[in-house]
Formats: sequence, structure tokens, C-alpha cells
Amino acid sequence: MTHVLDPGALSDDTRVLTAPTPPYDDVTRSDSAFRTFLHGLPGVDQVGAESRVAVLGTRSIKTTSKAWAIDTAISMVDLTTLEGADTPGKVRSLAAKARRPDPSDPACPHVAAVCVYGDLAGVAREALGDSGIHVAAVATAFPSGRASRAVKIADVEDAVANGADEIDMVIDRGAFLTGRYLDVYEEIVAVKEACGDAHLKVILETGELVTLDNVRRASWIAMLAGGDFIKTSTGKVNPAATLPVSLVMLEAVRDFRAATGRQVGFKPAGGIRTTKDAIKHLVLINETVGPDWLDPAWFRFGASSLLNDLLQQRQKLRTGHYSGPDYVSVD
Amino acid sequence: MTSLFEYAPAPESRSIVDIAPSYGLFIDGEFVDGTGEPFKTVNPATEEVLSQVSAGSDADVDRAVAAARRAFTRVWGPMRPADRGKYLFRIARLMQERSREFAVLESLDNGKPIRESRDVDVPLAAAHFFYHAGWADKLDHAGLGPGPRPLGVAGQVIPWNFPLLMLAWKVAPALATGNTVVLKPAETTPLTALLFAEICQQADLPPGVVNIVTGAGDTGRAVVEHDDVDKVAFTGSTEVGRSIARAVAGTRKSLTLELGGKAANIVFDDAPIDQAVEGIVQGIFFNQGHVCCAGSRLLVQESVHDEVIASLQRRISTLRVGDPLDKNTDLGAINSAEQLARIHELSDIGEAEGAQRWQPDCVLPDRGFWFPPTIFTQVSPAHRIARDEVFGPVLSVLTFRTPDEAVAKANNTTYGLSAGIWSEKGSRILKIANQLRAGVVWANTFNKFDPTSPFGGYKQSGYGREGGRHGLTGYLKGATHS
Repeated sequence: MTHVLDPGALSDDTRVLTAPTPPYDDVTRSDSAFRTFLHGLPGVDQVGAESRVAVLGTRSIKTTSKAWAIDTAISMVDLTTLEGADTPGKVRSLAAKARRPDPSDPACPHVAAVCVYGDLAGVAREALGDSGIHVAAVATAFPSGRASRAVKIADVEDAVANGADEIDMVIDRGAFLTGRYLDVYEEIVAVKEACGDAHLKVILETGELVTLDNVRRASWIAMLAGGDFIKTSTGKVNPAATLPVSLVMLEAVRDFRAATGRQVGFKPAGGIRTTKDAIKHLVLINETVGPDWLDPAWFRFGASSLLNDLLQQRQKLRTGHYSGPDYVSVD
Repeated sequence: MTSLFEYAPAPESRSIVDIAPSYGLFIDGEFVDGTGEPFKTVNPATEEVLSQVSAGSDADVDRAVAAARRAFTRVWGPMRPADRGKYLFRIARLMQERSREFAVLESLDNGKPIRESRDVDVPLAAAHFFYHAGWADKLDHAGLGPGPRPLGVAGQVIPWNFPLLMLAWKVAPALATGNTVVLKPAETTPLTALLFAEICQQADLPPGVVNIVTGAGDTGRAVVEHDDVDKVAFTGSTEVGRSIARAVAGTRKSLTLELGGKAANIVFDDAPIDQAVEGIVQGIFFNQGHVCCAGSRLLVQESVHDEVIASLQRRISTLRVGDPLDKNTDLGAINSAEQLARIHELSDIGEAEGAQRWQPDCVLPDRGFWFPPTIFTQVSPAHRIARDEVFGPVLSVLTFRTPDEAVAKANNTTYGLSAGIWSEKGSRILKIANQLRAGVVWANTFNKFDPTSPFGGYKQSGYGREGGRHGLTGYLKGATHS
């Protein structure tokens, strides 16, 4: 391992990399420079972050604003199935639901994307046709990311060839936690290149990074490496998308745009199951990064059961009474 | 900001609480008409008259003190301490049960946002009663010397910024230690104290243990100067505090004062900036800045000044100013026309002295008393807005270069109630905290209160402590603190 004070650190300066966006084009010149930069980001006080989201959690969203929030949230869902038991039939049924979440109401918006494993991206592509709904595929030895770089790149190329418009990759948490930040960065750069025109979402797996300081550093690595979105979790590790984590990642995309002019999207995934959770996230966006991110192009929910709760709440607002789980389709 | 995600109004229902057209004084367990000139209390957010309230004359105060004396000698003083504790637990539970009424009434009468009255004022007030209820039968073991005895009748005068919470800070320790009280709420915010009087009836508190005499300065003076009062406790302005100290000097009365402040909130360059900004906002805009321990002087290290101010301005632009009863309101109304005039006066002086005023675009309601969140940059320690207590949503920003300079500037005030330190370095926090002449020092947070934690000031911020074990000593004879 190298350190800023390590005299051997400078000899490490032999890597050839795509430089990040100015004004950060020199921070990845060496392991030690990158470490110094990341550790120089302002710290995050966990208690303060928790109390901030607790206050925002008391916002009372009613009537017209609730209706707007529910429709907006539906249009931001990446409807997800990531099971070993996934089949083409399951993916097709999910695609049908993505196109028309509430069969009883044509005014209900469609979701943003369907998210599947790479081998099923083709099935999803075909089922979604020209609906405008994107196909997102997880790749890079999802969810653990424990495979060689070559395997990960092949995984990405396969998913893109199958028709994925969006690639959800996982970072190498092992490398991150041992302090090999430049390795994490390089891998994201390589994956981004393999994506071609497909959008890249970078999953930090914040449940394994644990501290909010780590979440902020990993967010910056992903943004500097060219990620189009940063995403909290795979959904396979608990805790997943908690509000304090979302707050810190939103602050990161806000600060990154202020410094570089490039806007990066944000996707919380895992653990967001209710309309209330979704609305808390929309409030968080509205009051921390502002309305520029209140758009499916810049914000997504990675979720499966969330959609049905949104639909039930939507029906409640429309009809004035609660229905039951049998009034929305099972996935 | 665009209007993409507008929050529809989400007002708390006003009908939760019944406000009588007029109120009397609460003396000896009964509501009785006062003999002074009655006055009106208004909703500062709309200027609507809420109710007419009796003013206590000297004769009324005399009756209240006599009732308190009787209750002290015959009932409350001799009562088994565990039984006193039971009454206090009962009061605490009733306050929780009726918390929505208290919250709505507090917001109506004071102008503070319902989010704060609901989530801070009322729960903390109940917590003070629970905490002190627990002490009632354990005073022998509080480490305050052997067999501490109550003082007798306490005359208490409280301010308008936290009407119910300040009542709890005063009444709970007094009763737990075996004293009886005559309390004078602020003229502009008497209603929650009168609802508390109803709670005393509901709890079957023996008559005369708690007496509430509403009125203005004259009524307060009558309480403080009454010959049969053993203890005077006051929270309010330094000016009034000084006159009380003069009136009490040379008498047998014991005195605690909790007065003004001009707290420094110190942000070092290694601070968690986003949370520091949040803490600055909480420090100065909580309760419209009507807080004696408000972080009204921001001391920010020069190397991060621009970053912090830019962040702060962005954050302040998201504050929601308006209807105090709306659950999404962050900043409510200024409590009175008089206070609003003072805030205007000091802000204008700030500008005239050369400081730079910044306010976000925000639409203020047409009626009522309102002042937008305000920051002054380029403030020098010699400016009046860096020295005088504004008691409003006005922040003065000063800078420093070294820790020594931060401490020197923070302590350069006639007050000494509270201070804040923001840094990720624990050793620095401990070192600076030891050098600050302030009763409360918060680290990486601000305006956090707890009944277990003593609160009080240095210098012109007053003397004595409220809350915690230390707070008990102010109501006990021969209590020696160890």
C-alpha cells in the first residue's frame, strides 16, 4: 500500500489512464495523489446526517402533491427481478407490467426501465419493443463482483450485445476497503468503455462500505471514472438504501456538478418498499439537490415490490378508498 | 427554485384545542378574575385576537402567594416525597396525552412552527416533569448534602420564546424539591400556561401548589418583590434580570437568572461541512432565532469561509417560511410587533455599520409579524450586530485564522450562555471547549436540550443552573454541590 508520505509512492506513477473531468484531471495521477484527494473530502457526521433526514422525513405530502409524487415515482422505477429462478416468461410478464402498471387506468405512467440479469436482456428488449422503456442489465459478476477484470468486461459486453441500454455494475469493494482506490477507479473506467453507448450505473454496495465517509469517497471515485449514475446497493446486502446514505450520495452528485458542470444521476435500490419511503426520497432530492434531479433521466428507484404499493396508493387517491393486493397484479 | 414539487398545505387542525373567549387567574386551584386591567393575546401570524386574559394586580399576587404559602406549610411541604413524585408523573402523562392541544395552542399564541412545538417544546416539557418526578423521593441521594430542605414559595417569571417549556423548567424542579410556586407567564404568550393550570386540576394537584398569575411587567414585579416569596427564578432579558437582581439584593430570597446570549458557533476547516451548515441553520433559525442560546455569531475559519457561506445560502433558500400551523413550515412568525421592530432596528444598524446583508427570495404573508432569514457577512467584532442580542433570525458571520483567535473572538462578549464547535478532530473539540466561557458547549450539533443536562450561563447570561442534578440546588436549602 502507498501513502502520501511514503517515499516510494511517486514511483507508482506509471499507469496510463483516462483522466477525469477537469478540475480533477490530475487527482488520479498516482495512488497516493488519489488517496490524498479522497481523504481530503469533507467528513460526514453520521449523527448530523441522520437528524437531517429525520426532519425531512416529517414533511407532510398531501392531496395534489401526493398525486404528483406517486406518478413521478412510478415513472422513476427500475422494475427489477434478479433471481436465480428468473425465466423468459417471468421477464416478459414484468415487461408487460412495466408498460402498463395499472391495467385499469391508461393514464398511469409507465416505469423507467426493467432491470434483469444480462442473459435475459434480450428477452426484455424484445418484450419492451418501442415502448421507450429502457432495459437495464446487472453485470460485472453481480452481486459480489468477485471475478477477474476480463470476466467482468465480457459480462458487460454480453449484456450490451443482448440489447441492454443501461449497465448496472458493482465496484470492487475488496479493493476499496484495502485502500486500492485507483484499482476501483480503473475498473470503472474500463467498464464504462465496454458499455459503449449504454449508460453506466455504478453500484457502491453501501451496506458493505458501512461508513458515510466511505460512501462519499466511493461516490467520488465512481463519478470521476465516468459513471452516469451512482447507485446505492445490489439489493442482496442489508442495509441497502437508507436515507442517510441517499443524503450523502445526493450531496456528492450536487457537489460534483457544481465543480465540473457534469450532472450524474442517483439510484437508491433495495429496501424501498412503500410509497412513504419513495416520497421521502423525492423530498430529499427536492430539498438537497433541487428539482433538476426530479426526472427519470437523473433519478431512479431500484425496486420490485414498491411499484404495487405506489399503485395501491394511487388507486386510493383516485377512488377515495383502499383496495387490496388483489387489485394490482402479482409480478 | 422551480415549482416542480410544490407541497400542498398540510395544516394541523386548529379545532383540536378550545380557546375560551376570556381567562382568569389560577389561584388556589381555581380560576378567578383578576382585578387588574385585562389584556388581549394575539396570534402573531395573523394578528387575530385569540383571547382576553386577566392581569394580576398586587392584591391578586398577594392572594396567590398566600395560597402558595398555605399549600407549602400544610400539604406539599409535609407530603411524603414519593407522593409528590406521583403527582409529577401524573402531570407528565397528562401533558403527553394532551400534547396535540399543547402544540397547536403554543404555535397559535407564539407563532412557532407546529413541527417544533410538536417535536421539541411539548415532548421536552413532559420529559422535564418525568425527569424531576423521579428525583422527588431521591433527594437525599442526589449528592447535595444531608437532608436537603425546600425553600418555600418560589416566584417565577418566564419569557415568551418557549412558554410551556420554560414553565416546565421552572415548575418541575420546584415541585419535585417540595416548593410551591407562583408563576407569571409572558404577556404575549399566556395560553399554554393556562392550559397547564387545567392539567393541574385534572391531576388533582392540591390547591395552591401551582398558582398562575398572568399579566405584564407590573405583575411580574409584584411576584418578584413580594415579601413572602423565598425564591425568585427568572428567564428573560438581561435588562430585566438586572433590575430583578437589584430588587432582590439584601433580602433573604435566593435567586437564579437565565438571561441573554450571543453564542459563537465555531466552524473549523476540518468540519463536516454539510452537517455544519445544517447546525448553523438549526442554531440561528430554530424558533425564529428567539432563543437565548442561539448561535447568532458564526465564527468560520477563513480557509473555508466562501464554501460555507455558499452552502449556507443554498440551504437557507430552501427554508419554508409561513403558516406556523402548516406541518411543513420551518420558520414561523416573529412573536410581537415590538420584537419585530427591534429586529428591524438592529438589522438596519448592521447595514449602516457596513456589514453585508443577504436574504433569500421569500414571500412573507401580508398580515402578522414576519422577518425573513437573514445573514450578515463582513461583520467585525466591533459591530453592534456582533455584540447585541438580536433575538431573531439574523446571523452575523465573522472569520478567524487560528484556534486561538477563534477562542478570543468567541469569548469577546458580555454574555456566556452557549457555544458550538464544528470539527472532525476530537482532541481539538475538547481543548477548545475547555477554553470557552460558556455554560453549554455543543460539539458537532447545536440547540440540543435534555432535562438531565444542566443549562445556564457565565457573565451577563445569568447565574444558577436549570436541569440535571445541578438544577435541584436552586430550590433546596443547604444544598452543597459536590
